[in-house]
Amino acid sequence: MGSRASTLLREEEIEEIKKETGFSHSQITRLYSRFTSLDKGENGTLSREDFQRIPELAINPLGDRIINAFFPEGEDQVNFRGFMRTLAHFRPIEDNEKNKNYSGDFIAFRLYDLDRDDKISRDELLQVLRMMVGVNISDEQLGSIADRTIQEADTNGDNSISFNEFIKVLEKVDVEQKMSIRFLH
Amino acid sequence: MELFFSPFDNLVCILLGISFTVWFTLLLVFIIVPAIFGVSFGIRRLYMKTLLKIFEWATLRIERGAKEKNHPLYKPYSNAIIAREPTSLEQEIKEIRRSGSNRDFDSASEFEMSDIFYFARRGVESIMDDEVTKRFSAEELESWNLLTRSNYNFHYISLRLTVLWGLGLLIRYGFLLPLRVTLAFTGVGLLVFLTSVIGLLPNGRMKNFLSEKVHLMCYRICVRALTAIITYHDSENKPKNGGICVANHTSPIDVIILASDGCYAMVGQIHGGLMGVIQRSMVKACPHIWFERSEVKDRHLVAKRLSDHVEDKSKLPILIFPEGTCINNTSVMMFKKGSFEIGATVYPVAIKYDPRFGDAFWNSSKFGMVNYLLRMMSSWAIVCSVWYLPPMSREEGEDAVQFANRVKAAIARQGGLVDLLWDGGLKRGKVKDTFKEEQQKLYSKMLVGTQEDRSRS
Repeated sequence: MGSRASTLLREEEIEEIKKETGFSHSQITRLYSRFTSLDKGENGTLSREDFQRIPELAINPLGDRIINAFFPEGEDQVNFRGFMRTLAHFRPIEDNEKNKNYSGDFIAFRLYDLDRDDKISRDELLQVLRMMVGVNISDEQLGSIADRTIQEADTNGDNSISFNEFIKVLEKVDVEQKMSIRFLH
Repeated sequence: MELFFSPFDNLVCILLGISFTVWFTLLLVFIIVPAIFGVSFGIRRLYMKTLLKIFEWATLRIERGAKEKNHPLYKPYSNAIIAREPTSLEQEIKEIRRSGSNRDFDSASEFEMSDIFYFARRGVESIMDDEVTKRFSAEELESWNLLTRSNYNFHYISLRLTVLWGLGLLIRYGFLLPLRVTLAFTGVGLLVFLTSVIGLLPNGRMKNFLSEKVHLMCYRICVRALTAIITYHDSENKPKNGGICVANHTSPIDVIILASDGCYAMVGQIHGGLMGVIQRSMVKACPHIWFERSEVKDRHLVAKRLSDHVEDKSKLPILIFPEGTCINNTSVMMFKKGSFEIGATVYPVAIKYDPRFGDAFWNSSKFGMVNYLLRMMSSWAIVCSVWYLPPMSREEGEDAVQFANRVKAAIARQGGLVDLLWDGGLKRGKVKDTFKEEQQKLYSKMLVGTQEDRSRS
């Protein structure tokens, strides 16, 4: 007997998620099916191991950071609501519904800012750089890259990058186009 | 009291006796005798056509039911959720930088904070839909085939449909399952018994001839035990002695399907229990290649035994499944290069199951062997197509891996399956770190490479 039939998503839940995140009905059902297929423990939540089982994610240099973005502070399990909320950051947004809570640059900032203190420190920047380049660049070179980046972005002189400074740097990049994922339905 | 029951008992015994005799005669005439001679009455194909009509009707009812309640129907996706473009790391990051750069020269910056977008988007895309994990669970169907295990729209079933489903349940578990189990026991029992008997004969043409006939007959009985309806294409390309037959792997039934149409030397590890008994008696009649558990790890030993077998032209072609594990029949995964290093002619075979009648994929992490066989025997039927592809050999300047990929591509193309480079071992194991290191190297080149340019200019 398939467990999928018994944990079918209720209509009310679908409506709530639709209102909160803006995904369409069919997108939500498909992503729910994906959620259940990743949920090997069949307990309605995903753990970090469930994500790491995806080979393409495991070989992504920032894989661990991306997985982290799904889990709320200090928690080890994410339910379907939380899953959808994080994915909503990657939904292409129509111009008339610019919602600051679900935007590409917010989630990108989160990927840098590990301790969630709303600033990217030199150490945090170094950590992300190190993840992306592996062993191929020396500490000194990496350090100078980090210093240069902070110098260029930091406008208030506190030697770290705040969210507003971050947005200013990305001003010209069309974040929505570069971060959002094209859905087929 | 006893006097009262006695004639009644007698009557019951007589009735039981008669029904058993009738049952077995029917079995013999309609199933076993044709299996021995390799002919078919066409009953199974008729059965298949009838089932298809019923499934179509069932799907229409569900759709109608959903429309009445005004709910969009859950349609399992046979295509992807998202569109993924196959662009390279360098290309994409350059594009991101170019659009955001306020410098004059293009992409000469060494690091931009927006570089992270590429990795983030790729990562989330793979969370929403990736090519690998979905190959290790059963394929989803568009129409309903009256099996609870493949239905996701439970609450749209009308009364008529429920009755039909109940009837189907009765037929499958009450009639088909016992029939098939009886046949399976007959087939396996005959195989073990007859091969042991043949093993007593001296080696020679008579023994080979009889062994062939016996193997074919028993496999054909097993095929009927599963109600497998198989269509063989291009039989002129059937594997010959001294060759290696490779096929894509979906379930242990693959062996029965191929072996009921030709004689092969099987390769595998010796098991204990019933499997072991069957293996040991089979090898008495004709030389199969069974390995002890310890020998399996020794690649040189394995290769030596295989090449020795292949060189002896009087021995049967070897049957190997290079994927090493069961995949759900929507794709072909990496072929292990071992069998392609031996240098014999390779006969590729593509096997494609029709998922509408019963899902043949063995999800070994979810079901054990017995559970799996029971599910198989209580589905409607196993319908599949087998294509014998023309033989291939390793070309000049081609190494084993390239040869393996070439064969894999041919099989994928014929069977209409997706050709993947990923290792089937990912079903259980972790992916190697070398892939991640490759990505890191590529990205580092982008950062450092531009520094070198700058120092040069």
